[in-house]
Amino acid sequence: MADLRARPYWALFRGHARGQMSYRVSFAVDLVTNVSATALDVFTVLVLFGVTHTLGGFELREALVINTLAACGFALADLAVGNIEKIKVYVRTGLFDALLVRPLGALRQLLLMDMPIRKLSRGLFSVTVYAVALRLAPVDWTPARAWLAVAAPLGAVAFFAAVFVCTASVAFWWTDSGEVGNAFTYGGRDFTSYPVSVYSGWFRSLFAYGLGFAFVAYYPALVLLGRSDPLGLPSWVGWLAPLVSLPATAVAALVWRAGVRHYASTGS
Amino acid sequence: MDVIEAIGLRKDFTVRVKAGRLRRRRRTVSAVNGVDLRVARGEMLGYIGPNGAGKSTTLKMLTGVLTPSGGDARVCGMVPVAQRTRLALRIGVVFGQRSQLWWDLPLGESFALLRHVYRVPPGDHAARLRRCRSLLDLDAFLDTPVRQLSLGQRMRGELTAALLHGPEVLFLDEPTIGLDVVSKQAVRSFLSALGASGDTTLVLTTHDLADIERLCRRLVVIDHGRVVHDGTIDALRERYGSRRRVLVDLDEPLESAPVLPGANLKASEGEGRRLEYELESATAGEVIARLAGLGALRDVSIVEPDIEDVVARLYTSR
Repeated sequence: MADLRARPYWALFRGHARGQMSYRVSFAVDLVTNVSATALDVFTVLVLFGVTHTLGGFELREALVINTLAACGFALADLAVGNIEKIKVYVRTGLFDALLVRPLGALRQLLLMDMPIRKLSRGLFSVTVYAVALRLAPVDWTPARAWLAVAAPLGAVAFFAAVFVCTASVAFWWTDSGEVGNAFTYGGRDFTSYPVSVYSGWFRSLFAYGLGFAFVAYYPALVLLGRSDPLGLPSWVGWLAPLVSLPATAVAALVWRAGVRHYASTGS
Repeated sequence: MDVIEAIGLRKDFTVRVKAGRLRRRRRTVSAVNGVDLRVARGEMLGYIGPNGAGKSTTLKMLTGVLTPSGGDARVCGMVPVAQRTRLALRIGVVFGQRSQLWWDLPLGESFALLRHVYRVPPGDHAARLRRCRSLLDLDAFLDTPVRQLSLGQRMRGELTAALLHGPEVLFLDEPTIGLDVVSKQAVRSFLSALGASGDTTLVLTTHDLADIERLCRRLVVIDHGRVVHDGTIDALRERYGSRRRVLVDLDEPLESAPVLPGANLKASEGEGRRLEYELESATAGEVIARLAGLGALRDVSIVEPDIEDVVARLYTSR
């Protein structure tokens, strides 16, 4: 049964993948250039530690775990659902109609029909970098920590995916939404990439706890590194942090559904 | 049983209109304003109206694309938006500007993928595709990527794509727009054959009234979001006063053009050698018989009113 239900989506993905391959050279070039995005993120951290020895109370090896965990979650979420940003074009041009007349879920179709396979290289690279960072960091490995080291990036993927869906759905209400959503997606990623203790004031409260970005990489990393929170939260917060992706995806699903109902199409 | 039922169907849009340099005022516009529609299985319905009348909006509500602001709609017994994916398996949609084909893939591959998307058994799929291939002459460009097809070829591809899952209702939004004469003919005769088989209900919107004359016995005219006519084309002609005309050429001119009961003299040319009557209550036969009694007739012709005139009159009268 599961096979029967997945097959139409698999067909969509195959169609898209074959279409992509019809532009071979540009595909190959994109595969290479996409790696550089994550490489740059890591490089930024190295540069920062060139001028300082600690960042928000964390040494380089520790900060790298936070940074690569965030990058890994973001890159994989970007691979899976990042192209949802194209919804702006679909809504503005009315092309979204074509998805709605098919016997399939609109969100899954949109993601599979346009999946940026060229970002695959970046996803793989970010996973590798995360593994390397964990190897270098002073982690006291236990089975529970090993489990968290896997659960944390998965939670991060789900969380960023939810952020992508929420911010892109703005286009259903506000067709000229432009880059407003990016303040939260890319802003959120950048926030997540550094120890929360480097930020302060209302900005930290909003992004870290209001929107939940602190639970994506920072708190799980604290547990992995065996450190206590300089901001005072107990350690069980870190163990449960990946679960923050559950309410996040629930909110995203609601926003998306409301958006589709609000969709106004265009004249033709 | 009716395949399509709509009662008081409404769609309002909020538009922002400029009011001063920076200010925008919100205004609600009813694109569709209480449409009632019942379509029986196997019917071929022409849905026409001027630009912005609400044709496409109605179709989008019936296919589950747009959520109605009010009223009820049922297609194949289902509520379009709430049961969208189930309904999609039973209807076919051709929206002229919204392709169902894969832009970068050969046309044939799009058809193969659609078989999986709609979960069609291979045998049924092959049989339907074979039929479309012969009726729409697809073989010459089945291996061409969709992006390289001409508009006419692509439209034939879209029609096939919409029919491969054997839909009960086919919605067509401007299926002949922008096509050359040959492609138009191909699309029309295909749809005509499809409708004649009686299994598929057809609803099409168009600006090309030749489509309607060729395909649809029933015509629904919509203007400003409301149905202003629902009936046969003949009933429309009857109601909006565009009538048949009788043209006669006489051997010898008459001294004065005769006044005939039930018909109006519209023109007298060539010193009364050619007369044109518009039929009111009289039949063409009566008019011709009376004129034949007055002098020898050289030629007789009956002119059917152009549906475009009828509809133009309808649009401007409102």
